[in-house]
Amino acid sequence: MKKIHIVALVCIGVVIAVLISMMGDLSTYETLASAKQKEGKTVTVIAKLDKSPQTPIEYNAAKNANYTSFHVIDSLGNKAKVVYYFEKPFDMEKSERIVLKGKMKGDVFEITRKDGILIKCPSKYKDDPKAAQNNLSQN
Amino acid sequence: MPPYIGEHLFPGQAGYFLIIVSLVASLIASVAYFKSANSVLQSDADSWKRMARIAFVVDAVSVMAVFGLIYYIISNHYFEYYYAYNHSDKSLNPGYLLSCIWEGQEGSFLLWAVWHGVLGMVLMRTAKKWEAPVLSVISLVQACLATMILGLYVFDFKIGTNPFLLTRQFFQDAPIFSDPNYLSNARMQDGTGLNQLLQNYWMVIHPPVLFLGFASTLVPFAYAVAGLWKKDFGGWTKGAVPWALFSAAVLGLGIMMGAAWAYESLTFGGFWAWDPVENASLVPWLIMVAGVHTLIIYNSTGHSLRATYFFFLLSFILILYSTYLTRSGDLQDTSVHAFVTAGINWQLRIFVLLFLLPSIFLFIRRYKQIPFIVKEESSYSREFWMFIGSLVLFLSALFIIVFTSLPVINKIINTNFTIGEDAEFFYNRIQVFVAILLGMLTAVTQYLKYKNTDKKYLIKKIGIPTLLALVISVCISYFGNVHYDTYGIGFLAAIHLALFAAVYSIVANTGYIWAGLKGKLKAAGASVGHIGFGMMLLGMLVSSAKKEVLSVNYMNPLNFGPEAKEKGVENLTLYQGVKTDMGKYWATYTKDTLDEKGKSTFFQIEMERKDGKDKFYVHPHLIKNTKGQEGVSQNPGTKHYLHKDIFTYINYASSVMDDKDTAQFRSQLLDIGDTMYYSTGYIVLDKVTLNPQNEKYAFGNADTAIAAELKIRSADGRNFLAMPVFQLQNNQPKYFIDTVFAQGLAVRLSRVSDRQLEISVKESSKLSPFVALKILQFPFINLLWLGTILMVTGFIMSIVRRVSLMKKIPA
Repeated sequence: MKKIHIVALVCIGVVIAVLISMMGDLSTYETLASAKQKEGKTVTVIAKLDKSPQTPIEYNAAKNANYTSFHVIDSLGNKAKVVYYFEKPFDMEKSERIVLKGKMKGDVFEITRKDGILIKCPSKYKDDPKAAQNNLSQN
Repeated sequence: MPPYIGEHLFPGQAGYFLIIVSLVASLIASVAYFKSANSVLQSDADSWKRMARIAFVVDAVSVMAVFGLIYYIISNHYFEYYYAYNHSDKSLNPGYLLSCIWEGQEGSFLLWAVWHGVLGMVLMRTAKKWEAPVLSVISLVQACLATMILGLYVFDFKIGTNPFLLTRQFFQDAPIFSDPNYLSNARMQDGTGLNQLLQNYWMVIHPPVLFLGFASTLVPFAYAVAGLWKKDFGGWTKGAVPWALFSAAVLGLGIMMGAAWAYESLTFGGFWAWDPVENASLVPWLIMVAGVHTLIIYNSTGHSLRATYFFFLLSFILILYSTYLTRSGDLQDTSVHAFVTAGINWQLRIFVLLFLLPSIFLFIRRYKQIPFIVKEESSYSREFWMFIGSLVLFLSALFIIVFTSLPVINKIINTNFTIGEDAEFFYNRIQVFVAILLGMLTAVTQYLKYKNTDKKYLIKKIGIPTLLALVISVCISYFGNVHYDTYGIGFLAAIHLALFAAVYSIVANTGYIWAGLKGKLKAAGASVGHIGFGMMLLGMLVSSAKKEVLSVNYMNPLNFGPEAKEKGVENLTLYQGVKTDMGKYWATYTKDTLDEKGKSTFFQIEMERKDGKDKFYVHPHLIKNTKGQEGVSQNPGTKHYLHKDIFTYINYASSVMDDKDTAQFRSQLLDIGDTMYYSTGYIVLDKVTLNPQNEKYAFGNADTAIAAELKIRSADGRNFLAMPVFQLQNNQPKYFIDTVFAQGLAVRLSRVSDRQLEISVKESSKLSPFVALKILQFPFINLLWLGTILMVTGFIMSIVRRVSLMKKIPA
């Protein structure tokens, strides 16, 4: 076997080892209930903003520009309060789905990284046919 | 169906006709070129080729005409077309009309096809005997792209989306279209506009360059397929060098232009976020660069031909795969800017498989026949280390694409993996080692000769650059204050090692222009390219490791305790006109202005260094959302210096986002020492002063003014003072309201009765306009941009050199 083949095999071996070890670092998609059971472990939850009037999005930039709290409902209908130590993401109210990456702490889902929230809006990078349809359907 | 008034149907009909023409012509071209390539008789080959050429030119011209027609429709504001209605409006700056075309999926497919047409016509003149097989492959891709904009339904299966669809066809049930004169309806007078984030000059030039990059990866792919197909395994490799170099240059430039756009107009906090959409175009580039290197190895030594085939086939396949990833909607939950599905996922999958399966099949089938050299490379040879470099590039790409594909993997094997909360570090901790390896390899490898290198010669030549690089990088490490310890000492050590590798690459390659090439700049393309690459690495490392949040909120009560770093501190609230402490700076929000079109609000922030050395303004702004959406989007304001950028963006602005102030005063009678509560704290009446004289008020003895000294304590434990004043002047009461901005509190002394004072409190965040903003500092980001320019220059120098060498030796 040539030296270069040995080097290539070793490299590929290392990469496979790294890949497998990093698989262990991956987080998994959870529901709020299963996230609660893994308290303190970073998890990813796909949820919807709870738009009921009792639980509005709280963000008061005059008092604390680095604290946003809101409530979400996951696909099973469970609710939880979310605390995000950053500014309220733009267009949050319009979101269809929110992908949250953080840790459950008691009953509160805490997000301590800026990129721990991914807001999926119908508007972003995609035209919202519904909005246009509404516009054209009004008389 | 009423006859509609005022519609301009001709451009759409002509456009749709031309789409069909391009589909048919590209199919004819593909088949005819195929026949020509497989003809035994020269006369057959020539007559097929004549036909194929005509068909290909017809295809290229029709695709360009379709593109032109869409531009015509958009620039004339023909809102009867859905594409114009949905992607543009009348207020758009003419420069952005082009961006409207590539905002939609159809337009970007078209742009891609236009570039294939251009490249194909160049190949027609230059590829000589390779023209037929190469263009046969390209024509087939063109046919696939034409189906993407076909907009046909075969039963329930949707084939492509038609860019010439009319608005009334898209919204078939909307009542407005029962009026034959609907175009004069006010609601059809304007389109819904271009996404505000795309209204940026980078978005005018980044997509064409990126798609030229995508298109250019097809040429080496087509050559590789042709080589396997015609079993002329090594015959194309000289002619393909400029194409491979061109592809690496343009795709690299396109990606970095996207990075510049992300840096300048998005608020991800940097030029690269390891977003799946970014990764999807980076990976084919890494593979293409690996292919360029193995191709050059083959041309110089005869080694690495199989690897070259593998890389060139893979690079284009990955472009197709990335097209699928970004347009299928599979990246919905992991990417900020993937397209939402257009309902053509199966078509996209077929597109990938149509090129993936045959090329794999052909590669495996012919693998044994591809020539290789039995004799082993010396470990003192250039080809050995170049190959190692290509391998590192490939493995780095493999690593990125595996984790970018997690949503697809989850779908296939039914798992639910995702990257944890810190995606950047997830990738960076591996890629920093890639940077170390590549930096060192680019530094050393050029000093090696092909076949074998004399050890004494090598040590003599490379000794000085190595020492020099070591000294410079130690200086940077030592004096540069690179203390990026967020992820521990191990990662910091890796960063310092990578700093050395980057500097080594710059110094050694600069040195090589003199030591190795004796200053012959014509031949220095590779050196210049590598200097650029090293500089990019250096820029990335320094600006990321030393990125600083300037707007640290020292006022935030949460900014204490062991978790202080984790709790939010990055936004600072600035009240209009109030000079606020911001670390090394004083920051003042001075004013905001609306632009003439009423779409953007510009905020002026005055930044003054505390040491008085610098004072400047930044102008971040908020743009109204388009497409009938409420709300606004951010656009950062940047102050550029040669050695750093100061980058600001508004996260909240009361003047734009608040509703009207509807809060009311609420009153209570207090004795001295009495307490009244408000929603987040309480107020104690501490003292009453007559005719106060202090920095705020200057009453004389002749006045009748009473001041209430109030001590305010908020629930989070902060103390404030307020001193509202009540004055009687000519028997008229006069109120001096005091405010505590940080609590959104206005207090008034409304009445004095006997020994009691009536204190009125209003809680409102609208007492004074304020903004919450974030300010970041990126040092030496210009190294990254300069490095990019140098790298592309190096590629161009190499292309020029190769082309001129080829002209001297007729193929």
